[in-house]
Amino acid sequence: MKEFMFLFRGGDEVWDSKSPEEQQRQMQNWKEWIGEMAQQEKFVGGERLFTHGNTISPGTMKVTDRPLTEGKELVGGYLVVKANDLEEATEMAKGCPGLHWDTHVEVREVWPEEK
Amino acid sequence: MENREERIDHTLNHLFRQESGKMVSVLIKIFGTENIELAEDVVQDALIKALETWKYRGIPDNPRAWLYRTAKNRAIDVIRRNKYSQVIDFSDPEKQLLTSGYTLASTMDNYWQEQHIKDDFLGMMYACCHPDISQENQITFILKSLCGFSTKEVARSFLCSEDTISKRLYRTKEYFRKHKIRPEIPALGKISSRTLTVLSAIYLMFNEGYNSTHADQLIRKDLITQAMLLCRSLLSVERTQLPEVYALMALMCFHTARIESRLTEEGELILLAKQDRARWNKELIQSGEHYLNQAAFGNVLTTYHLEAAIAYQHCSAKKYEDTNWEEILECYELLLKIANDPVVFLNRCLVILELKGPEEASKALEKVKDNKLMDKYYIYHATLGEIQQRLGKTDKAIACYKKAIQLTQSKQEKRLLNDKIDTIVNSR
Amino acid sequence: MKEFMFIIRGGEDKYSNTSPEEMQKHMQHWQEWMGGLAQAEQLVGGQPLMTEARTLTERGEKITDRPLAEGKELVGGYLIIKADSLDQAAQVAKGCPSFEYDCSVEVREINLME
Repeated sequence: MKEFMFLFRGGDEVWDSKSPEEQQRQMQNWKEWIGEMAQQEKFVGGERLFTHGNTISPGTMKVTDRPLTEGKELVGGYLVVKANDLEEATEMAKGCPGLHWDTHVEVREVWPEEK
Repeated sequence: MENREERIDHTLNHLFRQESGKMVSVLIKIFGTENIELAEDVVQDALIKALETWKYRGIPDNPRAWLYRTAKNRAIDVIRRNKYSQVIDFSDPEKQLLTSGYTLASTMDNYWQEQHIKDDFLGMMYACCHPDISQENQITFILKSLCGFSTKEVARSFLCSEDTISKRLYRTKEYFRKHKIRPEIPALGKISSRTLTVLSAIYLMFNEGYNSTHADQLIRKDLITQAMLLCRSLLSVERTQLPEVYALMALMCFHTARIESRLTEEGELILLAKQDRARWNKELIQSGEHYLNQAAFGNVLTTYHLEAAIAYQHCSAKKYEDTNWEEILECYELLLKIANDPVVFLNRCLVILELKGPEEASKALEKVKDNKLMDKYYIYHATLGEIQQRLGKTDKAIACYKKAIQLTQSKQEKRLLNDKIDTIVNSR
Repeated sequence: MKEFMFIIRGGEDKYSNTSPEEMQKHMQHWQEWMGGLAQAEQLVGGQPLMTEARTLTERGEKITDRPLAEGKELVGGYLIIKADSLDQAAQVAKGCPSFEYDCSVEVREINLME
């Protein structure tokens, strides 16, 4: 089994427009989705990110107090899962509740530990 | 100000006795049986935080919810702190969800649902009452972890040193660790036998409070309340609503109903015949009847059923003279068939004495006169004395009472027996 | 202690034009840097990512076989570390060997719980 990373991007505006109850229900959906993967021993880990951030640019090493990409491209969190290949991981990503709240999911294979 | 602090203390104490065991059970479910201390620390922290916060802001509207919320938040801190350490085993899929910010909150909430709290509490009770753990250790652990007793209070309950209690607690925790005991309600096939072990611990705890001779009234009341609370929690979950559980609950209700009239203000025992029946707690007797009815379902007949039936007969007699001794004798006959217990045998002789007079009672007692074990029971000599006295053989009666006094440790029993001797001497 | 994610972006062009020897030296730098973080008990984990990607949009109904952001914005890897503040984390990030390959590093605080 290989490991894949789901990068969640955008959707902040939709999230912010929802009521606390709706947000809580949405988190419950996330729990169910991730819980199912955990039951199948396919969940490795993952975290949500706060929107604030710093970016350090190469060369000048200048620190800007913003994430490099914002808005629709802002990375809101990630998940690492196990799957046989990119296609299976993509299938799994389709269950992400965030997709219904305008979040995009980028699926990437994690560089295998043993090269 | 002092009043307010007293009120906070009172509320917290009460809450702690009622809820700490449940919180500890949920936390043990989360952290694992290898982390019992961690679970106890979290609950202790929540208690201290309540004490500090309530002092300034007053008691919240729902103190129980406040306490649970605080314990839950502490648990989240503990998990975050130990996310990458080996302290907590997160390998179970449900527990794995505690390691991610996406799922931590809702997974944690799930652990604290009312039904799960109930189940976990019972699961811990069954774990504590594992048949391989000695009954002494079972009860020690229950009092400490599930009833919110301090080590000092457990020591006072058992009349032994805190050191002894700590050793017992340590041994039980080691047992849990070594055998990876998981708190859970046993499967259907095992539930009857496992529940009997739990009931026997509860009953012993109850008797420690009900019969115990030590003077600490508060501890005694606590033991009784906690025993009843444990039994009631078994009745709150469908899987453990067994006839024998109802029977023990009924029995404890009938006994507790009479507790106030059992002792004089000086703490001396009052015989059943002389108790003020107006002081018996009618509500508790009613509850007892209700539980006894429910205990009648199914075809199980346990000692608890019979003892409850006997206690019911006493409770339902308006005067001592109205006691239905025939019914009671029948229960004793059945009891003897189930458990050949010397105390039951002797009590049965006393019932025969009431029902058929001293000659019959004497005949019944004859059967065990060669039994060497009986000779060591103070109740045997007290019973024999009673029969002799009724037969008019006062010298023999006094000799029996004296022997009984030598054999009992209880000050109250000694006093009672001395009173009987005095009565005989004074009537000469 | 809070947790921070370093999102490492770009650098693809330079990486693809590097000699095996240079690459080995670069990997050595990574090893040393991450070893230091681990020593300081600041390192939680991290991995580089392969470039091949699928991106799901429109409720998952549309799937493109490219990363959402490419070129300078392509996420090439991530790292999770512990630090007291965002600024402290950014200081740590400055030591990241990925700058040798013109990557940029975005430092973000992990939301351990909402």
